[in-house]
Amino acid sequence: MRYVMVIDTLKCVGCSDCVVACQTENDVPFGYCRDWVTETVTGTYPHVEMELRSERCNHCENPPCVRTCPTGASHVAEGGIVVVTGNECIGCGACIESCPYDARYQHPEEGYVDKCTFCIHRVEKGLKPACVSVCPTRCMYFGDIHDPNSEVAKLLAERKYKVLAPEAGTKPRIYYLI
Amino acid sequence: MKEELFISGRHLEKIDPHLEIWEFPISLYLFLGGLAAGILIFSSIVVLLNKEDKFPSAARWTPILVPIAIVIGLLALIFDLSHKLYVWQLYTTIRIESPMSWGAWVLLIITPLSILWVFSYIRELFPRIDWKFSILYRFESFIKEHKKFLATLLIPLCIILGIYTGILLSAFNSRPLWNNAILGPLFLTSGLSTGAAAIILFSKSQYEKHLFSKIDILLIIIEIGLIIHMVMGYYAGSEAHINAISILMNGDFSFMFFVILMGLGLIVPLLLEVFELLGLKMSVILPALLVLIGGLVFRILMVEAGQLTRILY
Amino acid sequence: MKTTRRQFIKISSLGIGGAAIAGSGFSMIDFFNLKSKKRTYDLSELNRYPTYCDVCFWKCAGWAYTNKAGKIIKLEGNKKDTHCRGRFCPRGTGGLGMYYDKDRLKTPLIRVEKDGKQSFREASWEEALELVASKMKGIRDKYGQESFALIKHGTPGKHFEHLFNAYGSDTIAEPAYAQCRGPRAEGFKLTFGTTVGSPEATDIRDAKCIVLIGSHIGENMHNSQVQELSDAIDRGISIITVDPRLSTVANKSKYWLPIRPSTDIALLLSWIHVLIYEGLYDKPYVDKYCSGFEELKEHVRHFTPEWAYNITDIKPKKIRDSAREMAKASPAVIVHPGRHVVWYGDDTQRTRAIAILNALLGSWGRRGGFYFKEKKKIPNYPHPGYPEPKWTWKDLNKKYPFAHSGITTEVIRASIPGVDGEHKVKAWMVAGTNLTQSIPDKNLTLKAIENLEFLVVVDLMPMEITGYADVILPECSYLERYDPIRSSTFRTPSIALRSPAAKPKYKSKPAWWMAKQLGKKLGLNEYFNYDDYAEVLDWQLKQIGTSLEEMKKIGVKNFERESGALYLKDNENYRFKTPSGKIELYSKKLKDAGFDPMPIYVAHAKPDEKYYRLIYGRAPMHTFSKTINNPYLNDLKDENFIWINPRIAKIWNIKRNQKIWIKNQDGIISKFPVKVRLTERIRWDSVYMVHGFGHDNKNLSRAYGKGASDSDMITNIKTDPLMGGTGLRENFITFLLDNPHKNVEL
Ligand SMILES: Nc1nc2c(c(=O)[nH]1)N[C@H]1C(S)=C(S)[C@@H](COP(=O)(O)OP(=O)(O)OC[C@H]3O[C@@H](n4cnc5c(=O)[nH]c(N)nc54)[C@H](O)[C@@H]3O)O[C@H]1N2
Ligand SMILES: Nc1nc2c(c(=O)[nH]1)N[C@H]1C(S)=C(S)[C@@H](COP(=O)(O)OP(=O)(O)OC[C@H]3O[C@@H](n4cnc5c(=O)[nH]c(N)nc54)[C@H](O)[C@@H]3O)O[C@H]1N2
Ligand code: SF4
Ligand code: SF4
Ligand code: SF4
Ligand code: SF4
Ligand code: SF4
Ligand SMILES: [Mo]
Repeated sequence: MRYVMVIDTLKCVGCSDCVVACQTENDVPFGYCRDWVTETVTGTYPHVEMELRSERCNHCENPPCVRTCPTGASHVAEGGIVVVTGNECIGCGACIESCPYDARYQHPEEGYVDKCTFCIHRVEKGLKPACVSVCPTRCMYFGDIHDPNSEVAKLLAERKYKVLAPEAGTKPRIYYLI
Repeated sequence: MKEELFISGRHLEKIDPHLEIWEFPISLYLFLGGLAAGILIFSSIVVLLNKEDKFPSAARWTPILVPIAIVIGLLALIFDLSHKLYVWQLYTTIRIESPMSWGAWVLLIITPLSILWVFSYIRELFPRIDWKFSILYRFESFIKEHKKFLATLLIPLCIILGIYTGILLSAFNSRPLWNNAILGPLFLTSGLSTGAAAIILFSKSQYEKHLFSKIDILLIIIEIGLIIHMVMGYYAGSEAHINAISILMNGDFSFMFFVILMGLGLIVPLLLEVFELLGLKMSVILPALLVLIGGLVFRILMVEAGQLTRILY
Repeated sequence: MKTTRRQFIKISSLGIGGAAIAGSGFSMIDFFNLKSKKRTYDLSELNRYPTYCDVCFWKCAGWAYTNKAGKIIKLEGNKKDTHCRGRFCPRGTGGLGMYYDKDRLKTPLIRVEKDGKQSFREASWEEALELVASKMKGIRDKYGQESFALIKHGTPGKHFEHLFNAYGSDTIAEPAYAQCRGPRAEGFKLTFGTTVGSPEATDIRDAKCIVLIGSHIGENMHNSQVQELSDAIDRGISIITVDPRLSTVANKSKYWLPIRPSTDIALLLSWIHVLIYEGLYDKPYVDKYCSGFEELKEHVRHFTPEWAYNITDIKPKKIRDSAREMAKASPAVIVHPGRHVVWYGDDTQRTRAIAILNALLGSWGRRGGFYFKEKKKIPNYPHPGYPEPKWTWKDLNKKYPFAHSGITTEVIRASIPGVDGEHKVKAWMVAGTNLTQSIPDKNLTLKAIENLEFLVVVDLMPMEITGYADVILPECSYLERYDPIRSSTFRTPSIALRSPAAKPKYKSKPAWWMAKQLGKKLGLNEYFNYDDYAEVLDWQLKQIGTSLEEMKKIGVKNFERESGALYLKDNENYRFKTPSGKIELYSKKLKDAGFDPMPIYVAHAKPDEKYYRLIYGRAPMHTFSKTINNPYLNDLKDENFIWINPRIAKIWNIKRNQKIWIKNQDGIISKFPVKVRLTERIRWDSVYMVHGFGHDNKNLSRAYGKGASDSDMITNIKTDPLMGGTGLRENFITFLLDNPHKNVEL
């Protein structure tokens, strides 16, 4: 089993509902976020194009954050999800320095490092991650890429996609349909 | 025009607009680690060569700094942790791929060894010390007997420590400025150079000072060479690398790089030491001090500038 | 009554949160303790309470979840609800912040004057309501109760409307008409005999082509509309967007027509021209259902794409191609009527042109076009008939023959002596609308306020309008109260319940309670024949075959349609509710009233040199001015930017993120600086801002001084002569690079 997320940039409207939903679901402190939305604009008026992307930890197949973690607090869990065990984390920041996506932060009250968990607590109960289940354009998909019948596997088979910063060699597992 | 922005207002503290996760304490920690490694390496070599009496500063005086430097460095590191009470978690596992982990373990080993090192001869420097317990006297003579063994152990450990201070940064592909295999040897060289400078500072023997000046000249030349090599390497690299190095070349840190590091930290002491050797009456204190300051500045520069560089956005 | 001028009270040492007013040392983390150390909850431990969202007027139904301790922890859409299909928009999800906002109004406040200095003091509900009731009696005795006006918006309005009608005043208006949907209501009514409703009866679900004219769905986050459009993208819908700015949806469009602002009617006329003269219109439909086709054909004869090109900046080929694209999809095509349509004062005529275009495409009453909407009728809780007022909002609207709702600006004008006609209005109750941000020409509003004998404001937050009140009544948030049953038009009728998920915080109270208390004090007991609004709801729900108990469990109930099919049947004989029973391409009604029976294009003013047209719109994560201080949504976007094309910025030597001040054609200067966004997404002749920012009430700790207010810049109103809509987009601004307020204390 390998959980991945597929996000359709052609449908995303950049509303950031995914960000608020994550914040309430996961009690993310104010001023912090586990996911965020970027906009890239290219071209010159009136030949302009833009891309909207909801971004978060890529749950990389080759995660430098896990490699650089001195305590093993950052680790790969069931389904390839990269998670941090709060009370094993010393807050050294090595994982933050090593993540090319800047997907982690130090929890301001607790001190340990926090990030997207793919809402493992929901997934275990058969629910979709909070961001996926709230997205009003339904442009986010979550599932097991090893299951050829899953929505995610089918979309990746049919559509053109990209990942972020492939050159970093982390093998990110959030795919953007383009 | 290409425009790129966070439209969900991301402003993570210490992460946006650029990382500030590692601050001065980490630079200090790296500097002190390198310094300690440099001193111990010289000290061990002197012991192995049986030249302790010719080089009293290298053999005896300066190594006293080492445990102090390491402890201060470790305190600085802990100070920089955001989940400090859990620092013991470092020692529940060994993670070969994590420089932070093996750095922690190497330090765990070197710290007591360096204390033993000093312990073995401290009474020679301060004869009034009284260990009170006979077991300690027996222990002291035991170490003294095995000092060469200790030295052979310390040299590789310290080389690892010196390289570690560089690899701690270069292990991070995601910060283009750090993404460079040369940082390990470079930081080791710099550590040796600061070690030599410290020895000069504490030396009263003209002979010792001269020899370490020569060593330092050599190290500074190597260091300059490595830095030039590093810069060229970036220019031959990807766009991210070019952007990264331009922070030092013509960006926010170029003054610090050219004037403070290259100028005051390397070239000026190099020239002063060369003049000295050529017989001009110069203070040896000044270049040594400059080298030490230069070493610290180098770490600050690399730690801070490196965090300004990212692959995305 | 009042003698001195009503000063805006900036910061009161009393009331409004007292100590909660934070300066700069404000900590993001501990400003509310929603964050218990670590919230680990078991999903099965949660309780849920049905509600419908109050962050905008789409009224999506959903659930408020509480944890074991009874704390509301999150909001989610109700899967059965047609308005949201189980998903709230970001504002709905972040609605939690309206409940948790520490800046909320906490207690009734009364304006007092001491040594010439005015401030608020805390008051008990009894005292505050007694004061309001006595003023209501006073106005009634002195001028007649009609002189007490109600300006309202949203759900609190309903309760006070009942109170005012019982009291005998129907001097009622809301910004949703003359500042929002009014022109489209009238334009469509004139053409099809009915309005498009809210949620709009647009059948996006099945459309093959949609035309968006300054309607930025996706930024305008009206929920089911966004969802249906997104599904339609999967189905390959072709989108045509007319917008001077590359809106989010423009980027998803097959055709983006970056029109010169204010020239939309020319484009619409040339589209009509193409459809007719290329024979692309739905001939059988037009023959059967429309009247005035020949007149229209003649009318648009010369409005060729070439003619329109010079006006609109849009190439003739693009105009033709896009018209053909629509025709190809006909009748499953929607030329969207827009919603906030008060732009240039010819807005009813522009929406008429949109309606006509839809008629030619045969989209009204067709699958993928506009469906026949239906809603559930909710019987009124029994009460005696309302007394007949001597005059009402209608009398204030006399200048505008096609106005069918109260016009806020007319109520405002009638409150100022010497401004056209009688000075009839003497006091206001303002509920759920922040007038200084939502009504253009702020000075007019302030002048009216100055002349009022009494102003009572019912609000949730210490918004700007509360600063002018004599009495402030703090309403609790929608998560803490019952409200009227939601019943809106849709494909199928449905109802939704709003029930409290928590007790009202502080001393706040629901509007129904305030209305009832005031009614009692005014001797109108028989209009409020219940102790709790739950009784009203239960009674009403039982009339339609359910109950409060059942609704508390399900939240939403969907009903079968009763009014017939969703679409016209083939060749069905159908009588439209227009005088002729047909879709009126040519409007005799307009002609008889002395207006153009068919839309014409009249050129609008252009900006002077170094001035740019100010256009504005929505950000998906905010609703007007009311969410800017919401901690969740403020986290997403805490300021607005002024969008400037890089070419223009170069002339001015303005850099990205530079803070500038803006000044409009009337010399009005923005109170706060606004940061520059350099972007190719906007034309050279216009600048863009998101509406709602630039709050100047310091009690809004997160919103104060962030960004600039577009409303402040809108001083030139182009009034729609048909229905009194206030055209907001004929305002031009220029840039000030140095702080114009340097020597002035703000
Ligand atoms: N410049 C400019 N002006 C505009 C627009 C624009 O785009 N630009 N848009 C126009 C449009 S389309 C519209 S519909 C109007 C909207 O105009 P308004 O509805 O007036 O919008 P807001 O400014 O958000 O004001 C809402 C007020 O309701 C209060 N409120 C929120 N919740 C509650 C509650 O539960 N109870 C009570 N009693 N009060 C509550 C808020 O605190 C706030 O003061 O504005 C119009 N005006
Ligand atoms: N997130 C969010 N969604 C909302 C609301 C909200 O506050 N926040 N409010 C709701 C309400 S009450 C309303 S009324 C609607 C309003 O939503 P809409 O009716 O969709 O939007 P407007 O605000 O009128 O229009 C803004 C768009 O018109 C473009 N525009 C400006 N001038 C011109 C012009 O001359 N010609 C053309 N063709 N385009 C022009 C602007 O660039 C911008 O993209 O949104 C609703 N949805
Ligand atoms: S919720 Fe969906 S549409 Fe909105 S920003 Fe996130 S991914 Fe995009
Ligand atoms: S995105 Fe960053 S934090 Fe997430 S797995 Fe990859 S490297 Fe680690
Ligand atoms: S901060 Fe925590 S999770 Fe990250 S590397 Fe250090 S110990 Fe591991
Ligand atoms: S998967 Fe869960 S934790 Fe990750 S961004 Fe989405 S909501 Fe947040
Ligand atoms: S569209 Fe969004 S803000 Fe409006 S009612 Fe629905 S969820 Fe609430
Ligand atoms: Mo509106």
